Amino acid sequence: MRNAFTIARREYHRFFTSPIAYVVAFVIFLVIGILFALNIQFYYQNAISGGLGGQSSAPGVNIITGPFSFLLLLSIPALTMRLVADENRMGTIELLLTAPVRDWELIVGKWLGGFFYMLTIIAVTLIFPLILNSLETPGIDQKVMMSAYLGLILLSATFIALGVGASSLFTNQIAAFFITLGVFILLWWLIGIPAQVISTGADIFSYLDMTAHFNSMNSGVINLSDVVYYLSLIALGLFTGTAAVEARRWS
Amino acid sequence: MIRVEGLTKDYGQRRAISNLNFEAKQGEVVGFLGPNGAGKTTTIRILTGFMPPTDGTAIVAGYDVITESLEVRKRVGYLPETVPLYTDMTAFEYLKFMADLRQIPDSSDRADETLEMIGLESRANSYIGNLSKGMRQRVGLGQALIHHPEVLILDEPTIGLDPGQVVEVRNLIREMGKQRTVLLSTHILSEAQQICDRVLIINKGKIIAEDTPQNLQARLVGSERVSLRVRGEADELPKLLHKVKGVQKVEAMPDGSVEFQFAPGQDVRPEVAKAVINAEYDLLEMRPVGMSLEEIFLELTREDSNSRRKEK
Repeated sequence: MRNAFTIARREYHRFFTSPIAYVVAFVIFLVIGILFALNIQFYYQNAISGGLGGQSSAPGVNIITGPFSFLLLLSIPALTMRLVADENRMGTIELLLTAPVRDWELIVGKWLGGFFYMLTIIAVTLIFPLILNSLETPGIDQKVMMSAYLGLILLSATFIALGVGASSLFTNQIAAFFITLGVFILLWWLIGIPAQVISTGADIFSYLDMTAHFNSMNSGVINLSDVVYYLSLIALGLFTGTAAVEARRWS
Repeated sequence: MIRVEGLTKDYGQRRAISNLNFEAKQGEVVGFLGPNGAGKTTTIRILTGFMPPTDGTAIVAGYDVITESLEVRKRVGYLPETVPLYTDMTAFEYLKFMADLRQIPDSSDRADETLEMIGLESRANSYIGNLSKGMRQRVGLGQALIHHPEVLILDEPTIGLDPGQVVEVRNLIREMGKQRTVLLSTHILSEAQQICDRVLIINKGKIIAEDTPQNLQARLVGSERVSLRVRGEADELPKLLHKVKGVQKVEAMPDGSVEFQFAPGQDVRPEVAKAVINAEYDLLEMRPVGMSLEEIFLELTREDSNSRRKEK
């Protein structure tokens, strides 16, 4: 496990020496900041002019976490695409696979590195709920905030694990990018659709629908089944990555 | 220590190496010599635990490369053919990262120590991407040496270096070889001749010769060859040499020297020298001419393909 942390530390530092990590961070802060300001402005104007017919409940933390989830979906493929694919392309994978590092430690290290980077960004965005809290009386619902942020953390851990898995399958970063994005789109929008049109097995499709799992946590409800859902996808991503590295040895 | 028995590796239908057997002891530098595509890199990748063999066993530093891969990898230093470096790291960061992966307790100290050993203390904080090819090669070598491995495996360690750096790296390898087992692959024959205690010649996945460079020469040549040079015209010299008993195959060389051969064990050099001086030539030089490894190598690989043709 120590090797996994060594690799994670290296990847974490590497994010901060590469422009893409700053670009991604910048875009996330910018978009969330703009939406945040617009939401506050909108609510403030409604409050002055008498509101939307009693619908004027103060904005909650999900004006931040909602758009954030969408930004994660778009940005994480770009962050994870090179993690293993680049090692495959540069031949540096040979260095790691002939060092006393287990295949899973390599993959878990890559995943943790990406995850810690995303945690850093998530931590910075905590400034928005703090502002929101100071604007409203009696403040925002803290349980909802914690639940929504937990959802965000689990979502990014899942996305990154799937991204690492896809990256391990390729030597080409662009291929890894599109496969990752495709998987995210499938899980986020498409997989829930059959549940609405077919009767048999609808439960399975609605369980696989990622949006539903995210939304329930985002509205303050933590179900064990949601947590299990994320953890299983994380395991799937990491397993795919480990299997791909192992397969590369046998080729 | 490296011991290989019946090692075989197939890539799909293609057999890259077949039934290799060899051994390398501690304190020995063994050269792995062969043309490109002979199976050198494949063998090395199996020995370093990068990929498993199709068949056969390999014991490296006392552990089996298949069942105890991790133990092998702890004890082997490896420099791959394309030196795997992270160009976005400094030399120090890279070596410290490798030391950490090897779980060396004071990884920073060890990285400094290694930088000193490869003579790059002054470039410790330069990004690897900005280093010259020779320096990068040395960083790669540093990475292979950082954990003081029992076994050192180097794939084409001097490729792409300038002559000065080649000498440096060769000296470093010879130094390392005193206490460790070193296996290095090369297709530069003079290199094997200079550094290696023993040479394995591999062609088309098979070992076709194994011996010390000196013995390989002796075995193939069958007779000893001497080059002779005198001051001034040497037109009459071949005739003179023919008269000396035991001299075979006299040949005037284009550069003015004369070469002759004699059967091993019947050294005729004193007689030749006397004859030359009695004929009032000024003897400038008389030296043995060995068959170079290049010639031996060509000879062996030719024999190999000839015999294969006959089989068909």
